[in-house]
Formats: sequence, structure tokens, C-alpha cells
Amino acid sequence: MSLHDLYLISPQLSMAALAVLVVLADLVTARKGLVSALALVGLAAPLAFTLVQLYGLPGGILGSGPENLVPATGILHDSLAVDRFSVFFNLLVVPVLALVFLASISYVLELPRLRGEFYGLMLLSASGMMLLASATELITIYVALELTTLPLVAIAAFLPDAKSSEAGMKFLLIGAISSALTLYGMALLYGFSGSTTLEGIALALGGSPTPDVPYLPFGSYAVLVGIAVLTVGIAFKLSAIPSQMWVPDVYEGAPIPMVAFLSVASKAVAFALLLRFLYTGLLPFYGDWGTLLAILAAITMTVGNLAALAQSNIRRLLGYSTIAHAGYLLVGVAAVAQFGGFGDWASLESLSAPSGASDSAVLMLHSVREGNADVGGGLYTTFGPSSVLFYLVAYAAANLTAFFAILAVHSRIGSDLIEDYGGVFRRFPFLAIALGVALIALIGVPPTGIFVGKIYLFLAAVKSELAWLAIVGAINSVISAYYYVRIIRVMFLAPESESVAAVGLGGIQSRAARVSPFTLIALALTLAATVLLGILFGPVVQAAEGAVSALPGILIQ
Amino acid sequence: MSFPGLLTLTVFLPALGALAILVAIRGDRVVRGFAFLVGLADLLLSAVVFLSFDRAAGAARFQFVDRITWISSETLNASYFLGVDGLSAPMVLLTGLLGFCAIIASWSIRERVREYFIWLLLLQTAVMGVFTSLDFLLFFLFWELELLPMYMLIANWGTGRKTYSAMKFLIFTILGSAFMLVAIVAVAVSPPAGSFDMTLLLEPGTMLTGASAALPLSLLFWLFFAAFAVKLPTWPVHTWLPDAHTDAPTAASVMLAGVMLKMGGYGLLRVNVGMFPGEVTAFAWLLILLGVISVLYGAVVTVRQTDLKRLIAYSSVSHMGLVLVGIGSVGAAAGQLTGAGLNGAAMQLFTHGTITGLLFVGVGLIYDKAHTRYIPDLGGLAGRMPVAAAALAIAGFASLGLPGLSGFVSEILVFFGAFRAFPVMTILSVLGIILAAGYILWMLERSLFGPQRERFADLSDASLLEAIPLVLLVASIVLVGVYPAFLTEVFDTAITRMVDVINADAAGLAGVR
Repeated sequence: MSLHDLYLISPQLSMAALAVLVVLADLVTARKGLVSALALVGLAAPLAFTLVQLYGLPGGILGSGPENLVPATGILHDSLAVDRFSVFFNLLVVPVLALVFLASISYVLELPRLRGEFYGLMLLSASGMMLLASATELITIYVALELTTLPLVAIAAFLPDAKSSEAGMKFLLIGAISSALTLYGMALLYGFSGSTTLEGIALALGGSPTPDVPYLPFGSYAVLVGIAVLTVGIAFKLSAIPSQMWVPDVYEGAPIPMVAFLSVASKAVAFALLLRFLYTGLLPFYGDWGTLLAILAAITMTVGNLAALAQSNIRRLLGYSTIAHAGYLLVGVAAVAQFGGFGDWASLESLSAPSGASDSAVLMLHSVREGNADVGGGLYTTFGPSSVLFYLVAYAAANLTAFFAILAVHSRIGSDLIEDYGGVFRRFPFLAIALGVALIALIGVPPTGIFVGKIYLFLAAVKSELAWLAIVGAINSVISAYYYVRIIRVMFLAPESESVAAVGLGGIQSRAARVSPFTLIALALTLAATVLLGILFGPVVQAAEGAVSALPGILIQ
Repeated sequence: MSFPGLLTLTVFLPALGALAILVAIRGDRVVRGFAFLVGLADLLLSAVVFLSFDRAAGAARFQFVDRITWISSETLNASYFLGVDGLSAPMVLLTGLLGFCAIIASWSIRERVREYFIWLLLLQTAVMGVFTSLDFLLFFLFWELELLPMYMLIANWGTGRKTYSAMKFLIFTILGSAFMLVAIVAVAVSPPAGSFDMTLLLEPGTMLTGASAALPLSLLFWLFFAAFAVKLPTWPVHTWLPDAHTDAPTAASVMLAGVMLKMGGYGLLRVNVGMFPGEVTAFAWLLILLGVISVLYGAVVTVRQTDLKRLIAYSSVSHMGLVLVGIGSVGAAAGQLTGAGLNGAAMQLFTHGTITGLLFVGVGLIYDKAHTRYIPDLGGLAGRMPVAAAALAIAGFASLGLPGLSGFVSEILVFFGAFRAFPVMTILSVLGIILAAGYILWMLERSLFGPQRERFADLSDASLLEAIPLVLLVASIVLVGVYPAFLTEVFDTAITRMVDVINADAAGLAGVR
């Protein structure tokens, strides 16, 4: 481990160091605001280190195209990659955490205990997320996954009420099961490839098939089982079927700022892991996992949307909505150019083998690694992965807006029931407009980032001959409109509810005279981002394209 | 890259007005006056666009083009691209005209006035945007943008089962646009054009071909049709319309019937006819069949209505069916297509917009003063409200196709065009016009004439302000009725190009066979 290695993992390290610092500061100081300020300002360090890395990458900030094809910088024995892809996710996680901290300053001050620990655990989880976006080796991936989840589990059980305990317990148990499944899947993959690095797995599994062997998904039953088990494990982090059961309970019971962070950042890096895994380690089987994920996407979004229809608690509703959005995002992951799976290997070969080499997938992997982009004609389009990245950013803006508004409303009316939102518009017009715009965005109606994101995802799907999935997605948007608009209707049209009428009458609200100005600032920022991403989406799309060009499986056309 | 800016201003002026009301303008009277000025300015701008549109034979197809690259990257290419051709220029004028009339028709709104005008002005921007967008991403953006203002207008300021009707409108429209979204996405990734640029898809050289499209052309055709059919609306997806109309406030009804239904007709002509010449010819029989069913079903149901607004709503289903009948004229023998039917369909969009707008404004006046729309309760209003009654009567006569008024021109063109292709269907659809004479005359007679009633003794007529929309709309109905070339010479510049493409396509097919 050299000094250069330290530089490469400086964002993660500084994030973890900040976590320790904040907890220590909480011990020595009695001033409440100081810890919050330290946590917030301290985030400048990981952000700065990430920006330095970004400037260090060839091609500058928005670079893309072959000359900027940055190979993963192997550090610590190839267990981490620092490339445009990891930098993209660092630049998503750090600002998201900063916004969550900003919005929750007064929320944390009102916590009965463990204020410093709240910040410390959130920061630790964020360092795990940044590690996950860089991890290219199975054990590192596992460590990063646990580092991401466990602090959040602790925060889920923070509040001294039954719902919070239930949230923490469910989160912990289902998290434990899925992490066991993840390990089992990894063990199988290692057993059959003899390597724990993603590249090594691709090289071992990607041998060219012999024509007389019958077609088998993923080449062998053991790998098939391994992938299936691993998928269930990762689906926990994606909040996708079949590991989505914990979502509504945690969203309902856990502290709202942590849920906001969980729903946006944790989901984002889980998709980062999925993309890196599929586009490196499982590259040879793109046809198989493409089909698998397409089916998973369709089921996930449909289940999420149908279940959300019946919810009466807005946080549970957003829990199901986040499941649905995981489904939309999986559309982009599944949208890899399809050639009918393993059976059509020949067509791949003819496209990409310049010298009659038999091992075309591996060859491709390597030629791209070495920056030699002239191996073939765009077999894997950048479309799918870059649409996922763009959608993650747009979803982050919209979902944070929704959760910050809910946080502010909750601090005034003390309820999360949709029926209690009656009259919110007349009493808190800005909160109602912000939440309204966020919900409009979540439907995918313009002018918002998710509108562009959804079109982008569906473009990728149709380009990959998954038009049926685009149709399923579009119809799902229609279903979702019903429950999102229901909330808007209550806020803008329904008569004032008792909870709203009680505001300012010295009821439950005596503890907080007004919505914290910090929450309003954070809300205004995310609201602006939600709308601006629907109009000035160009730079983010280009950044996403640049980021995915770092994935080895992406060929530049 | 060009940017004269006239169209951008025309499209976004109402939205700017809405923004100004949101941040700066207070007080109900001031807001109303300001909205009036914005509406008037936008009407003048749209009139400038229409009148200065170059109709000469050699002129560029798309004029006043505002184009800036929106995004140009490896995977996404879209531009902010506005422009009008002969098909959309009259639609812009129609939107400006009815938008202004809708603002005046909103004078009696007393609740949450600022919010109301914000939504109304946003609606106008969205509809203008649909008619002028030449980039599919932008087109779809505006198409969806119109949803929320209309939902809010109906659900907030409507009457009766307003939240139910508003939600029904929303779900129907979103379902339609979900299909369109898939189609747009598929078109955008299909070579040879491979972009969101709509103008490329209208040109024979860069049009979609069956060999290269990401989805089968006929599937794409029907996906687009689904969205436009809901909006038009055609039987059997028309059921949202009577509910939405009945429960909407007057101005929302004017905008809904006057311009938003026209988005459906415009989309059919622009996309289904303009971009799919082969499919529209092949499916012409089905289009005209749906059209005839809409015409007859709508007319028969209209006869049974007792609520004035519901009556006009169902008559809209019937009259918009004629647009499909006009489009059905492309089923003429290969290479023999003339522009009559398509011209009639386009004309029908404009004339029905002004006629129905006038009907709704008139009914709104009656409802404001008499507080009922139930026809058996009305009667003898002509004596009390001569101006409003005269306007309503003229709209009624235009609606039933009286020669000299605008409805006659578009209907006769539709029938001439369609008869060459499907004589029996055309004759059936003419029956709808006969029924129209029945229900319109019956409606006028029961509500306006007859013995004067005691309780309407102190009704006042339309005020000077309220008479502005009546005069404007009557003037346009008469103008188009006596001098149809005012519209046809503009429409024709776009329609002839479509007809040429369709005839060339048919000739190409014949050559292959």
C-alpha cells in the first residue's frame, strides 16, 4: 500500500474519519449545534478529495468518448477501482448526505438521545456506500455492503417507540438473511471461477462454448444457482422483488432523515454494484441476466405500484413507490443489447474478434481495458447503464424533496396519515407545492427530471428489443398516477384536517413553533434540482455517459 | 440553429403571465385585469403568426422556426424546436382566440382567483406548445404538461362530482399518453432519422420504413392512435368527456372542447397521417368505421340529454367523429387521393373549436345568471338575454351545418372527400348531421324560446365585457363560413404535401407489386 493508494481511497477514508471525529466532538462539547455544523462542514473533505480525483481523470469533468476511456485503476490488489463511474456515485452520495444533514438539523436536536451517534452512523454508512461504488472484488463488495447497511439498521431503531423498534428488527433480520444469501452466491461464484475479482470471474467463466454442448443459462447449474441466490441478496439493497418486504415497515417506523438517505443513496450504490457486477464479472452472460432482470423489473414495478394503491400512510406509500422505482431502474439494467443469450455467441464473435480469436468476450473485455476501442460495432450500448445513472440522480432530487416536505409537515402536524394532509396547502403553501411537484415528478410528468429519466430508460429498453418492458413500465406509470394524485388532491382540495387545524393552537406542536429554516433551504434546493433536471438535463446525461464508459463491458461506438 | 423568437413568445407568454401572478400580482381585480391583458397580447401574437404565415407555393414548409440544441450526446439527441406549418398555424390562432375568450368567461370566478388564472394560463402555454413542437420530446412534454392544470381547474372550481370527473380525465389521458410514450421512444431509436426530430419523419426520404423501425409500423401507428383517440375523443374511449365537461367550470369547458380535443385531431393529422402514409391508407376503413360510430353514437346519445353542458359534450363526440371520417378519405383508390377530406378534417378542428367554444360561453352565461343548466327548467330566455341568445343560436346553426356558417364548410369537405373512398359510410355519417339538426333545434327551442318564465324576469343580458367573446367567436364563424379560403389556403399548404406523400407511397407500393 503506497501513498498513491491512500490518495485513491481518500474520499472513503475521510468520510470514515469524519464519522469518528463527530462522535468524539459530541463527547467533549455541550453545545448542541456544533456537532451538526461539524458533520455538515466536514463533508467538504470527502467532496474535495473526490473532486481532486475527478480532475485527475483524463478528459476533465464531462469527458466521454474513447480518448477518455479510463481503465479502472486497480488498487489494493485490484479490489477497488477509482474511475469515472465511482466518482459519479461519490458525487451523488456526498451532496445527498449534506442535504439530508441540512434538512434534519432541528430534527436531530429534538432527538431524545444519541445525537452525535446519529451523525456518526450516517457518515459510516456513507463511507460504505462510496466503497461499494468502487469495489471490484467479492470480499470487498461484501464488506462494503455490510458497512452500508448495519449503521442504518442501528438508526432505524433509534426512536423510543414500537414502530421504530419493529423497523430496526425487520431491517436487521431480512438484512441478515440477504447477506447470508449474498455470501452463499459469492462462494459458488468463487468456487467455479477460482477468483474473487470480477475480472477474474469474467475470464474464468467466459470461455467460448462448444457447439455440441446444449445451451444452459449461465453456463452451468452451479453458476446459475449462485447468480440466483446473489440476485436475491442484492435485491434487498435495491428494494426489489423478492427481497422488498422490509421496505414499507422501515419507511414507516425509522427516523425520516435516515429513510430519505436510505431511499436515495443506498439504492443508488446498490445499482452501481449491480452494474459493475454485471458489466464486468458476468459480461459473457449478458443475454441470460438481461432476460432475468427484465422479468424482475416488470414484477417489481407492478407489485410496488399495486400495493401502493391501498396505503393510507404517506411514508408506507413512498415505501411501495420506491419499490416501483427500483422496478423502473431495473429496466435500464436489463437493457443490454440482446442476442438471444449464449446460443448466439457466434454473432458476438463475428462482430468483435479482429484476429479470429475464439475467446471473444474476454478479448473484448481486455481490449476495452487497454483503451483499444476499435474491436467492434457497439455491441453493448451505453444506453441502459447511463439511463440508470441519470434516473438515479433525478430520483434522488424528487424523492429527497418528497421526504423533506414530509419531514417538515410531520414536525408541524405530527402525523403521516394521508387524510391528515387535508388543508396543508392553505396552511403551508410552500410545503404543499414542493411535495406536489415531487409527486408529479415521481409519476414522471414534465417538466421534471424523472420525466426525462423515464423516457431515457424506455429508449434504452426499446433499443435492446425490450419494447414490451417499456409498455409495462408506461402502464405502471398510469397506475402510479392514481395514488400520487390522490395525495395532491387531499393537500390542495380536501377540507382542513383536525391535525392541520390544531397547528398553532398549542397542541402537539408547542415543541416546534415553525418549520426549521434549514429544512426549508434543503427543500428549496432539491425542489429546484427536481425541476431543473427536467429542463437542463444535458450535463447530467453526459456525465452519466462518461461514467458508464468506465465499465469494461461498454463499447464506445 | 435559428431563433426569431416570435413562436417562443407566443407559447410562453401565458406561462410568464402565470409566473407574474404567482410572485407579484395580488388582488382579485388586478389579477383578472392582468390575465385579460396577457390573453389579449397572446391573441394578437397568434394572429400575427397566422396572418404573416407565408402561403406562397414555394415557401418553406415550417416557418417561424425557433431551434436550439437541447442535448446532443452519444445516446440522447433532442432540440428545443418550435415551428408552424399550414396545419398548425390555424391551430395557434384558435388557441389564442379561445384562450382569450376563456379568460373573459372566467370573470365570474370568485374563489381563489389568483390560483385559478395561474392554472388557466399554464394550460394555454401547454396547448400552444403541443401545436408548435417539432421535436417529439418537446411535443410529449407539452402534451403531459396540460394534464395538471386541467385536473386542478375541474377538481377545484368545477361543480357536481368534480373530483371523480377530474380523476377520470387524468387517468384516461395518461393511459393514452403511456402508449404514445412507447411509440415516441421506438420512433426515436429507429433509423434512418433516429432522433426526436418530427420534421425528418414527415419527409419521404427520412421517414420510418418497415425494415428499420424498432417496432412494426402498424403497431406504432396504433400506439399513437390510442393517445390521440382518447383526446379526440372517439368511441369507445370517449366516456371521460361528458363527465369532465359537465363538471368543469365554463372556461375549462371552453378550453377542453375548443382546443384540447383538437390536440387529438392535430396529432392524428400530423403523426398518423403525416408520418405513416402506408398504414393510414391500409387502415382507412377502420378509422372511418370508428368515425361513423362516433358520429352516430354521439348524436343518438345527445338527443337524450337534458343538461345543456352534457348535451354539448356528447355533440362534440359526434362532431369530432367527423374528423376521423375526413381522415378516412385516404382510403381512396391508390394515387387518386385529393386533399378534400383531410382539408375538411383540419377545418373541422378549427370550426368545431370556435362553435363549441361559443356554445360553452353562451351556456356559461345562462348558467351564471339562471343558475340551472337543466333544459326543462329553462325557457323564454331570448326575451331576457337577447345578445346571449342570439350568439347561442348562431353557434347552434353553425353546429348543425347551416350554409354560410363555418360548420357547413368543413362538413361538406369531409363528406366530399370521404365519399370517393367509402360512399356507404359517408352516407351513414350524414345521418349524424340530420340528428344534429334535431337536437340543436330542440335545445334552442326549449331553452331560449317559448313562454317567458316568472323567475327569469330579472335576468340581465350579457355585459359589454361578456359580449367580447361572443362577438369574436361569431365573427370568426361567419368569416370562415362566407370566406373559407381564409383557412383553407393555409391548411392546404400542409395538406397537399401530405397528399403527395400518400399518393407517392401508394404508387411506390403499386410499383413493387
